[in-house]
Amino acid sequence: MRQRSLIAITAALAAGALTLTACGSRDEGGSSDTGSGTTVVIGVDAPLTGDLSAMGLGIKNSADLAAKTANKDKYVEGITFKIEALDDQAQPSSGQQNATTFVADKDVLGVVGPLNSSVAESMQKVFDDAGLVEVSPANTGPTLTQGADWQTKKVRTYKSYFRTATTDAVQGPYAAQYVYNDAKKKKVFVIDDKKTYGAGLAATFTDEFEKLGGEVVGTEHIDPETKDFSAVATKVKNSGADVVYYGGEYPQSGPLTKQLKAAGAKIPVVGGDGMKDDEYINLGGSASTGDLATSVGAPVEELTSAKDFVADYKAEGYKEPYSAYGGYSYDSTWAIIEAVKKIVEDNDGKLPDDARAQITAAMQNVSFDGVTGKVSFDEYGDTTNKQLTVYKVEGGEWKAVKSGTYTG
Amino acid sequence: MHELPQQLVNGLLLGSMYGLVAIGYTMVYGIVQLINFAHGEIFMLGGFGAITVYLYVLPDGTTLWVALPLMLVGGIIVAVLAAVGAERLAYRPLRTAPRLAPLITAIGLSLALQQAVWAWYPDAKESINFPQIDGGPFEIGNVTIQTGDIFLLVAAPISMAILAYFVMKTRTGRGMQATAQDPDTAKLMGINTDRIIVVAFALGAAFAAVGAVAYGLKYGQVQFRMGFILGLKAFTAAVLGGIGNIYGAMLGGVVLGLAEALSTAYIADIPGMEQFGSQSWANVWAFVLLILVLLLRPQGLLGERVADRA
Repeated sequence: MRQRSLIAITAALAAGALTLTACGSRDEGGSSDTGSGTTVVIGVDAPLTGDLSAMGLGIKNSADLAAKTANKDKYVEGITFKIEALDDQAQPSSGQQNATTFVADKDVLGVVGPLNSSVAESMQKVFDDAGLVEVSPANTGPTLTQGADWQTKKVRTYKSYFRTATTDAVQGPYAAQYVYNDAKKKKVFVIDDKKTYGAGLAATFTDEFEKLGGEVVGTEHIDPETKDFSAVATKVKNSGADVVYYGGEYPQSGPLTKQLKAAGAKIPVVGGDGMKDDEYINLGGSASTGDLATSVGAPVEELTSAKDFVADYKAEGYKEPYSAYGGYSYDSTWAIIEAVKKIVEDNDGKLPDDARAQITAAMQNVSFDGVTGKVSFDEYGDTTNKQLTVYKVEGGEWKAVKSGTYTG
Repeated sequence: MHELPQQLVNGLLLGSMYGLVAIGYTMVYGIVQLINFAHGEIFMLGGFGAITVYLYVLPDGTTLWVALPLMLVGGIIVAVLAAVGAERLAYRPLRTAPRLAPLITAIGLSLALQQAVWAWYPDAKESINFPQIDGGPFEIGNVTIQTGDIFLLVAAPISMAILAYFVMKTRTGRGMQATAQDPDTAKLMGINTDRIIVVAFALGAAFAAVGAVAYGLKYGQVQFRMGFILGLKAFTAAVLGGIGNIYGAMLGGVVLGLAEALSTAYIADIPGMEQFGSQSWANVWAFVLLILVLLLRPQGLLGERVADRA
C-alpha cells in the first residue's frame, strides 16, 4: 500500500514537473520586439540576501544604473536594456541554477556577476557552453581565467568569461609588500576561510611575505558558518605575531577583529577586497580601527571618471550603498552594452541572430574609459587595469592610504 | 600549555550558550518525543525580541543596566509567544500523526521563521548591532574575560538552578516528569498534559532567549541566520548529554564547547596532524566525540531511558 502511494506521488510530481517545463519553454521565443525597438536583458547574479548582500545589492544597483544611463542617452539606437537580477546567496549551487536560468532566457545577452570566485567556478561552464558572455566585477581567483596551473602555465579556460577586477595573483603580493615594507610588520599570523577566494588570497600573500623575509608564525583556517573565534584569538595572541592576514570576507573578519582585540591581540588585521566594506567597520566596531584592506583599482571617490557615477548613483536614490564593487559593476555592465552596440552597428542597426556568440567575440576588443579607468581585457579575459589601493580604517571609515600597481 | 586556562574558559563560555539552547530541545523531546528543529529560530527570535526593545521601545541612550533586564524580558516574551504559537498551530494538530510529520513540520517552520525575519524585520538583511557592555576585559591570572561574557557566566548557572528547582519542586514540574514517563497514565492521574506540553515549549523558549541575549552581548550582533548552526550545535549537545535529561543538556553543551576550543588549540600540535587542527575542523572533532560517546553510551552522558519509545 505504502509503495503504491509512493509511486502515485512520484508520478504526480513528474507530471507536474513536465507541465512546468512546458510552461517555461513557451516564452523563449527570441528577443522580444516591443514597439520602440528591441529589449536586451542583461542578467545580474550576486548574493542579494544573506551575509554578503551589502556587496551584492551594490552590484545589482550599479548594473541597473548603467542600463538606465544607456537607455536615457539612447546609447545603442533601437535597443532598450533591462536588468534582471537573480540571488545566488553566495552559494555555488544557486549560482549554477541561476546560470541555467539565464541561458534558457533567449533575451539575456550578457551576465554581470557573480561576486564570489567559488560561485563563478560553478557558472563558467554553463555560460561557456551556451556562448553567453559573463563579466564579473569582483572575482579575483586567478584560476578562473588562467587555469589551474596559472603559476607555471597560463591557459585560458573559458572564452566567454571576462572580469573587471584584478586577480589575487596581484592583490595578495601587493598587500604583502605594503605590510612588510610600509607598515614594517615582520611576523604574520595567516587565517583563511578555506573558500576559493580566501584561501587563494592567503596563499599568494604568504608566498610574497616569506620571499620578502617575513615570518609566518602561525596559520589557521576558520569555519565561515560560525561567529565564535575565541579559540583562534587566543592562539593568535600567544603566537607573538605583530599582524594578522585574513583571506576571506567581512561577515567573518568583522567579528574576528573584534574578538582578536578583545582577547588582547591588539595587532592590525589585513585583508583583501572582500573585507573592504562599511559593514566590516560596523561589525568590528572600534576594534577595526587601524585595520587594513587592499582593494582593486584606485579609490572610486577620487577618480575624476567616477564623479558622474557617484552623483548619478545618489540621484537615482538607491537604498543600499554602491559598496566595494559598484564602479566595477557599472563598468562590467557597460562593457556588455559596448559589445551590443558594436554588433548592432555592424549589422545595420539590428540585433543579429547569433547575438550571443558575436557579443562574446566583440567583448575581447571592447575598450572604453569607464568609472574605474580604462576598461579592456587581455588574452585571458582579465582586466588590463592592474591598479590596487590599500585602505585603512580611521575614524569609522575606510581611508585610502596608498595606490599603486604590483610590479613583481 | 600556558594558554590552556584561557582555552578552557573559551570553551566553557561557548558551551554554556549551547547548553541554554539545548535545554529547549531536550525538554520538548523528553515530553513529546519531537525534535523541534525550529528551536534554533526560537533562539533567533529571542535575540530579535531583545534588540527590538532596545531599538524601538526604549528611548535612545538608555543605559544598559536599565535596558538589559527589559531586553531580556522582551526577548523572552517574543520567544515564548513564538514557541507557544508554533506548538498550538503547527505541532498540536499533528500530535497523533506519524512521528515524521511533526519533524518535517519543524524543519519547514524553521525555514519560514528565518525568511519571515529576513523579509519583514527592518534592516534584518544585514547583521544588526547589539548594544555592548562598556568596560575593558577582566584579567584573572592570564585568563581574559570579556565584559559581554559576564552575563553568560552569571545567567547560565542561575537559569540552570531555576530550572532544576522548577522541575523538582513545583507541582507543574512534577507533572512534567510524570508526563515524560508516561503521558497516558499522567492524564489518568488528572494531569493536564496539553498544558504541560505548552509549559515545556515555553520554558525551552525562555532559556533560548536568555542564550540569545548572551549571544548578542558576546558577539555584538544578531542576524536572521544566527539560530541555524547554533540550533544544530545545541541539538548535538542535547544528544551528547542524553536527550530528555535537562542536566545532560547543560553538560553536553559544556563538553561540546570545550571539545571545539581544545581541538582548535591543540590538535595541530600533535605531530602529523597539522592540517586537521584548524578551527574549521573543530566541528569534525566535536562530532567524532559525539560518535564515540554514543558508541559507548548510546543513551548519552546522563541519559537514563534505555527502552526508547521512539
